[in-house]
Amino acid sequence: MARRRPPSAASLDQLLAAKEIVIFCGSGGVGKTTSAAAAAATAAAHFGGKILVITVDPARRLANALGLETFGNVETQVPPELFREAGIEPRGELWAAMLDTKQSWDELVRSHAPDPATRDAILANPLYDNITRRFVQSHDYIAMERLYDIHRSGRYDLIIVDTPPTRNAIDFLEASERMADFFSSRLLRWLTVPARSRIVTMASKPFYTVADRILGSQFLQDIAEFFLLFQTMYDGFVERARAVTRTLSDKRTTFVVVSTLETSPVREAEYFVDALQERRLHLGAVVFNKVLPEFFTDSGATNAATRLCREAEAFTPIVADGLDPDDVTRVLHEVGESFLNFQVVAKREAEQRAELAVSADVVATVPYADHDITDVAGLLELGRALWR
Amino acid sequence: MTVDLLDRRLLFVTGKGGVGKTTIAAALGQLAASQGRRTLLCEVDAKGNLADMFETGPTEFREREICPGLFAMSMSTEESLKEYLRLQLKVPLAGRIGPLARTFDFVANAAPGVKEILIVGKLCWEVRERHYDLVVVDAAASGHIVGQLAAPQAIRDLVKVGRVRDQTQWMLDILGDRAQTGVVVVATPEEMPVTESIELAERLRTETVTDLGAVVVNRVLPELFTRGEEEVFRAVRAPERAEALAKALGEPAEPVLDGAELAVRLRRTRAEHLAGLRTGLADTDLLYVPELFQRSHGVRATRQIAEALGAELGY
Repeated sequence: MARRRPPSAASLDQLLAAKEIVIFCGSGGVGKTTSAAAAAATAAAHFGGKILVITVDPARRLANALGLETFGNVETQVPPELFREAGIEPRGELWAAMLDTKQSWDELVRSHAPDPATRDAILANPLYDNITRRFVQSHDYIAMERLYDIHRSGRYDLIIVDTPPTRNAIDFLEASERMADFFSSRLLRWLTVPARSRIVTMASKPFYTVADRILGSQFLQDIAEFFLLFQTMYDGFVERARAVTRTLSDKRTTFVVVSTLETSPVREAEYFVDALQERRLHLGAVVFNKVLPEFFTDSGATNAATRLCREAEAFTPIVADGLDPDDVTRVLHEVGESFLNFQVVAKREAEQRAELAVSADVVATVPYADHDITDVAGLLELGRALWR
Repeated sequence: MTVDLLDRRLLFVTGKGGVGKTTIAAALGQLAASQGRRTLLCEVDAKGNLADMFETGPTEFREREICPGLFAMSMSTEESLKEYLRLQLKVPLAGRIGPLARTFDFVANAAPGVKEILIVGKLCWEVRERHYDLVVVDAAASGHIVGQLAAPQAIRDLVKVGRVRDQTQWMLDILGDRAQTGVVVVATPEEMPVTESIELAERLRTETVTDLGAVVVNRVLPELFTRGEEEVFRAVRAPERAEALAKALGEPAEPVLDGAELAVRLRRTRAEHLAGLRTGLADTDLLYVPELFQRSHGVRATRQIAEALGAELGY
C-alpha cells in the first residue's frame, strides 16, 4: 500500500505553531533576514510563550526596529513597548540575538578544551584566529551549533533562524558533518603525529614533499601545532556535530525557503528544495518575497494602460481642467508606459512562481515593499502577508 | 587622475549577493571585447551563471572563446594548483592528482590564504603573461573579496620561507598598481547593498593594496515625473478625475494609477539610497545601469547592459 502523506500545514501560522525550530534559508539579497524577523514578531504577537529570532547580519534599521544595538551572542528581549507602539498587545515575548561567529567559537573552545593551558594556547594561536574569522564554513557551522545549544537549553518555545549568507545555500546543512569529517581526517592525524615519525611518513608521500616545497616546513609545523591543540577537543566536537545534525532532521525542525521571483534566486531555491528532499529534511514553506502586486497582470488594467500609452492626447481633455494640457498628456503617457513596463516583470514573476510553488505545501507571498522596514509595525505588516 | 576602467588589465567585479554581479561582469567583458580587446572572463564562485549570460555551455577551468575576442573560464583551486605545480615546480603529476587534491583541500581549508592565493595567483599570472588585454573576474561577494585580495599579504605574514612566499611579491605588484588592477563594486539602490558597498570601499582602502576602480549602480529606475508633472499626477489621482478617466477608458484606471504610484515611491526610496551611496563614496566614479524591464537575464540583458555601461564610460 502506498504510504499516505501526512496532512500538511495550511499556512505559515499553523506551521510555526507546530514546530520548535524554523530555519529560513535562500540566496543573498532575497530578504531572508527581514522575513525571519517578521515571522518571529508575528508569532510573538499571536502565540504565547517565548520566541527567539537568531539573526546573522541584519540591516542597521532592522536591528534598530528590534531594539538591538550591539552585536553579541546575548539574547535580548525586544521591548513590549515596541509592539504597543505598533498598536499590538503581544501575547508572547519576542527575543532576538545576533550571531557573533568569533565569540561563539571562543565559547566553544572554552567549553571543550581539556585544561586552561590548552584553552589559552588555542585562543592565542594566530591560525585559530584566522580560521574562525575568515574560514567561510566556520560561520555555517557555528550558526547550527548555537542553534543546537539554545534549543537544548529549553529557554524558548520557538526558535527562528536566519542562516548566514553562504556561497551555496546548502553549505550549512553539511557544515556539521564536514566539521566531524575534518576532525577525523587522515591529514589531521598525520599533521598531529610526533614530528620524528612524520618525516618517515613524509618520505613515502609525494604530496608532503610537494607541500613542504610550496609552503615551507615552518608553516606546516605551525599548522601541526595548531591542530595538535585542537585535537584535544576532538571527542567533544564530533559528538556535538552529530547532535547538531540530529537536531536538523528532527520532526520539530522545519525549513522555510525564501526567494524573490528573479531568475537566479529561483534557481537557487529550486536547488535548495531538492537538497532538503534528498536529505529527508522537512520543507515547511516557500516564501516569495518582493512580489509585484497582482493588479499588474489584470487584463482590463492592461487595456487601459495600453490606450493611455498610445493615445494620451485623446484622454487629456477629460482630466485637464485647470492643469497644463501638455503636462497632463505626458503624465498620462508615462503612467501607461510605467504600468506596461512593470507588467512584463509581473508576468515573468508569475511564471517563476508557478514553477517553484509546486514544491511546498505552504506558499506565502510578500508584496514588494516600497519602503524599508524601520519598526515593529513594519515587521508585523510583513508578517500579515506571510500569515495569509 | 582616474584611470580609464577598461584600460586596466585586471578587474574584480564584486558586490552583495543578488545585485547582479555576474550580469555586470559579463557586460563589462562583452563591452571590452566589442572594442577589440582580447578579454578573459573568469567566474570564481562556480555557480554556472556566467554561462547563462551568453547562452553558452558550462565554462571550465580551461578557457574557451565564447564570442570573438571574449574568452570564459571558471575558477577551480584544484586545477589552479595543478597548473601551478606544472609550471612553477615542474612536478609531473599526471594521474596522481586525485588523492593529492583531496588532501590538499584539507590543507587549503586549514591554512588561511592558500585557496585564495591560488585564485588570485592564477588571475595575476594571466595578466603578467599578457595572454589578454583585460581579465574581468566575476569575483567573490563583498564578504569574501577582501580575503582574496589580501591573500598575498596574509601568506607573507604566515609563511616565512618557501616557494609560495617568494611568489607573493609579483602578485602584490600587479594588485597594487591602479593602472593595472581595479575593483568594481556592484550595488543596487537599496539599503543593504549601499551600506555594504561603503563598508567594502573602506576595507579595500585599509586592508588591501588594490584600488576601487568604480561602483556600478545597477537597476536604477527611470524618473517617471519631473516635480511639476508629479503635481499633475496627484491632481489626476484625485477621485473625480480618476473616475472620469476610467469612464472614458471603459476600463479600471485605478490599478494603472496605483502602478504609477508604486513606481514613484520605489524610485523615491531608491533615490534616497543612491544619495547615501554618493555621499559615502564621494571620490569614486559611479556608473549607472537602468532597470531592465523586458529581460533581466541572458544574452539580451548582457548586450543591453554592455551598451549602458559603454555610454556611461563615454564610448
